[in-house]
Amino acid sequence: MSAAFQLAARYVLRHRFQSALLAGALGLVFTLPLCLRVLIDHAQRELRARAASTPQIVGTRGSALDLMMTALYFKRENLAALPFGTVAELRQKPGAAAIPLHVRFVAQGAPIVGTELDYFAFRGLRVAAGRQIVRLGDCVVGANLARERQLQPGGHVFSTPELAFDMAGVYPLKMRVTGVLAPTGTPDDDAIFVDLKTSWLIEGRSHGHDDLKADPKVILAREGHNVVGNAAVRMFNEVTDANIASFHFHGDLATYPISAVILLPENAKAEALLAGQFARSKDKQLIRPQDEMEELLARLVRLEGFAASALLLTAMAALFVTALVFALSFRLRRREFQTLEDVGVSHRSLVTVKVLEISFIGLAAVGIGLLLLFAASLAAPHLLRMAL
Amino acid sequence: MPETSGLQVTDLRFAYPGDAFRLHVPKLEIAAGRTLALAGPSGAGKSTLVRLLTGLLTPASGQVRLGDSQVDALSLEQRRAFRLRHVGLVFQDFALLDYLTVVENIMLPHQFKGGAEAAVRTRAQGLAEHLQISQYLDKRVSLLSQGERQRVAVARALAHEPRFIFADEPTASLDPSRGRIVVDLMIDDARRRGACLVMVTHDPNLLPMFDQTVRMEEFLNA
Repeated sequence: MSAAFQLAARYVLRHRFQSALLAGALGLVFTLPLCLRVLIDHAQRELRARAASTPQIVGTRGSALDLMMTALYFKRENLAALPFGTVAELRQKPGAAAIPLHVRFVAQGAPIVGTELDYFAFRGLRVAAGRQIVRLGDCVVGANLARERQLQPGGHVFSTPELAFDMAGVYPLKMRVTGVLAPTGTPDDDAIFVDLKTSWLIEGRSHGHDDLKADPKVILAREGHNVVGNAAVRMFNEVTDANIASFHFHGDLATYPISAVILLPENAKAEALLAGQFARSKDKQLIRPQDEMEELLARLVRLEGFAASALLLTAMAALFVTALVFALSFRLRRREFQTLEDVGVSHRSLVTVKVLEISFIGLAAVGIGLLLLFAASLAAPHLLRMAL
Repeated sequence: MPETSGLQVTDLRFAYPGDAFRLHVPKLEIAAGRTLALAGPSGAGKSTLVRLLTGLLTPASGQVRLGDSQVDALSLEQRRAFRLRHVGLVFQDFALLDYLTVVENIMLPHQFKGGAEAAVRTRAQGLAEHLQISQYLDKRVSLLSQGERQRVAVARALAHEPRFIFADEPTASLDPSRGRIVVDLMIDDARRRGACLVMVTHDPNLLPMFDQTVRMEEFLNA
């Protein structure tokens, strides 16, 4: 090992805190644009894949982006509800299957998705532990959610009330976890799936209670065949084998709300026909998620361009600052280099010492940068989940 | 030892720009294995003469010959190479590298000079023992006292067995007994190896130990 190498290595190692700080700052600044690229690449891939796997979505007319985010990522956007009767209408049309989604409530921060069993087949969701939903009040949970909240078949999860003080008396529903889904790396891993009727039950459109006729004290009034209960009537907040028979829905189910309908056209012709039919609708819209997502990503790419330019400028500024730091450091160490010259160390060796010191810091910065890139690629799915 | 292996100065003139200081050394010779003390008051040009003799300063005229090499005629790089191979220097401010250990500082000239390390390392350890700093060999010099640092500087000047040793007040930070140990060591080393030793000193008690003494007033503003 040459004397210049040893001297440079000793300087860097014996000033390890300053060296690490400088290398860390350099690594961070120069890797940030690349980390951003890694994260955006991952996000684009995931968003495109999710959109591409969903042919068409029907919802109320309004923001297409909100509709897409609700149907694909279960975001509770401010969408006007679609009547459940729409699903029956769509099913009467030839060449397309329809899957309703009702996304309004949450449990422990996770979206509760009211849907039908077709959804599981459509997304390829498989129950990894336990079994599928079999009755009202049952739910299956996504793999991530089950792991993070330690939910397992046989356990329970409470829906979260929309309002802390709900005078109308829509109580949290204690849902029975019947199964845990296998991981898919999609937003389905973070959701709770229930039957549509269970989601309406959470909404208060269905309820179960004791037989009023059995206890005269809880009767407020009798109006012909109708019996009106008073405030003492106990509403069930859990569906059990014992009380399931008492649960009932009032009114016409076709008017009950849903958030969106996923349409699965049989072929391109059916897809085009459906799109044409909804183009003229005044109260409903049909969107093709792939198109909406491309539009959204085009905007993001423009934003990324701005961000990348800003980061590039930052990196250039950092380069100048680094050059200044080294120049000032060498200036401060002038006496030390003078000593080496006085002892007889050649100019070439001195330059080598300086170049090696810069190289060591640079190599450490590259190492830190690679670690950051690796960390970014590992964290990308998690960051995307948090962002969505 | 042949005379050409010693130090010869002929009609050396030097002045700092814009300063009344004038140095003129008509003739100065030190044979190999001999020792010279440079004495005189502060500002008399002792350090300047040492810097001229080692090629750290270039004279206005005259010649400085160290062995077969005419130092003043060498380029800057050649002078550096010459110092590295043949000169041991003890600076007034010690000029040690604070982030290196004692042994690393002592070995520094040899490492840049290259060559077998084992013998030089053994010699460095011997010198450190003699100078009573062997317990600090692996300690950073920034943690040492002034006196200890000065002895490290002395060891560094001698470790690579230079043919010419120049020491600018190497006992200034030492107590009299340790100062005498240092001067004894340097003189013995020079005589034993046939090297020339030029030492700047303010201490009149040390002057009788040298073969020659030069009072700098003789050369000043002549």
